[in-house]
Amino acid sequence: MSKRVEVDITIPNQTKYLGMIGRIGESMAYSLKSYNGNRRELAYHINLVLTEALANVINHANKCDPDKEVKISISTSDQDLTIKVFDQGEGFDIDALSKFNADASDEGGRGIQIIYKLMDQVKYIHDDGDNILVMTKILQ
Amino acid sequence: MQLNISEQDDIVNICVEEERMDAHNSGDLKEQMLQLFDDGKCNLTIDLSKVRFIDSSGLGALVSGFKNASARDGSLKLCCLQPQVQSMFELTRLHRVFEIFTNQEEALGSF
Repeated sequence: MSKRVEVDITIPNQTKYLGMIGRIGESMAYSLKSYNGNRRELAYHINLVLTEALANVINHANKCDPDKEVKISISTSDQDLTIKVFDQGEGFDIDALSKFNADASDEGGRGIQIIYKLMDQVKYIHDDGDNILVMTKILQ
Repeated sequence: MQLNISEQDDIVNICVEEERMDAHNSGDLKEQMLQLFDDGKCNLTIDLSKVRFIDSSGLGALVSGFKNASARDGSLKLCCLQPQVQSMFELTRLHRVFEIFTNQEEALGSF
């Protein structure tokens, strides 16, 4: 059994870092040599989920405040790939966002739904002053 | 966001010269399209051949352009989608909303 690999990153609360974090997530997905599925597709989905989660935290939970920070943890094992995104804001109502059904003419509201469609487990928890969006992809 | 804009007859083609369309840069495309609409140019093709990655904000910018073009009796059509970008339209069911063409000639010929 392989050991769990964990990468912890802290970025300023700014969208210009979305691409950088997405690429790190892609690299970690590509490194999962024991994954039997389509690794290219998995890497794209992890990039996308990271981008959606971070954009949501930067723009909504942290209200675009450039002085705040966002902490991200990405960990992998043979069994799962788990992403945690920490915010220091007022949080958001993930249940309401997950139930919102964007119709064709809506410009927004698809981000959290995309996360739910692509990940196997999604939780938003509160721990010691932090809000943490936890998203897990089961690999085996 | 780097955009290459050209005109043929009354159709404006916008080629997105970026690998990513996300929450950081999609607002630029939205603003550029609003400027074109203000100038009375309401028939657009968006060439996504260079775009490898699109998120919900990128899709939202295209929906904005589509709605504004339609409201002005024009239309917005898409062409040259890479497979992973095409899959995002399918995931969000927006492939049922947009006219999507394999290449720019087909898109231009459809007006």
